[in-house]
Amino acid sequence: MKILNGLTLLLIFQLIGEAISLYFSFSIPGPVFGLLLLFLSLLIFYRKKDASKQQHEDALTASATAILSRLSLLFIPAGVGLIVHINRLESQWLPIVLSIVLGSIITMTVTAWVMLLMNRLLKIEGSDSND
Amino acid sequence: MTNTDSSIWVYLSTSPLLWLTLTLIVYSAAVQLYQWSKENPLLNPVAISIISLMGILTITKTDYQLYFSGAQYIHFLLGPATVALAIPLYQQLSKLKTIWLSATFAITIGVVVGALSSVFIARWLGADIQTQLSLSPKSVTAPVAMGIAEKINALPSLTAALVVMTGITGALICTKLFSLLGIKDNSVKGIAVGVAAHGIGTARAFQLNAEMGAFSGLAMALSTLISALALPWLVTLLF
Repeated sequence: MKILNGLTLLLIFQLIGEAISLYFSFSIPGPVFGLLLLFLSLLIFYRKKDASKQQHEDALTASATAILSRLSLLFIPAGVGLIVHINRLESQWLPIVLSIVLGSIITMTVTAWVMLLMNRLLKIEGSDSND
Repeated sequence: MTNTDSSIWVYLSTSPLLWLTLTLIVYSAAVQLYQWSKENPLLNPVAISIISLMGILTITKTDYQLYFSGAQYIHFLLGPATVALAIPLYQQLSKLKTIWLSATFAITIGVVVGALSSVFIARWLGADIQTQLSLSPKSVTAPVAMGIAEKINALPSLTAALVVMTGITGALICTKLFSLLGIKDNSVKGIAVGVAAHGIGTARAFQLNAEMGAFSGLAMALSTLISALALPWLVTLLF
């Protein structure tokens, strides 16, 4: 029941997000708005907890854990769509593969370095893992 | 095959149930294989599942549209899953308060560098304009990337597939890359993976470390926002 209640809350936030996105015809998609709204609601309304708020949070945590622990499954239907573009992939595989691999390495390296640099400038302590 | 057998196949193969169930079976088997291999990153369950399902569709001569009529029920959950990323983020609130400025700055730079690098590498190696355009939102989570693709006249379905390939690549290389670069801070690793490899990278990050996962989710959400706002404009400067 917890998971179902949590899922209902998630869908409500998504629905509000979609409505805002459509109403203002933003290019930002509904679920991303939903994420922001849920995060803000947690910040604002759930600061001081009572029994029913704690119930909401437990339900949300249960369903978020359930859905996020198998997040990778959700990308498979879109990924199989590659089959429609197999010709393009065959004729341009080198630029596509290198763009993805090198692009990912560059993106991750630059992002991590910029953040480490900023942390150093702002004197923020990092949290090193033990491994 | 007898006549009844083939008519059952004809019926089932056109119903959403078969393709939905098959997707789940293939994924469960891929996860099992991954665990047996002691989580060998080369046996990434998403990659194995996608390749297997593409094989099955080819052998049975099934249209992708028909496959998607069943698989869409899984695809649909991307929406609530995106919303759900607010929870781990909220649980990391105290950490978030200290790093939000450097994270936001790094994510913005990451989005721009990601789009520029992928377009220029593809252009330099002779990809056509459609491919270059479709590659530009490759680090953005699938539903948003498809929206951006539509805006910039790329091919949304190609973009979706490239997005998934990018996510798998990020998930495959992240641990190796960070150890080569000597980066140990889990919040930094998470931010970098989330910017480059969206939800698939985030899924991998959650496997590695809860803090890394939460910050990967944050980076994914913020980079999605920044990309949705900035990419269509950035791309018009490039073409």
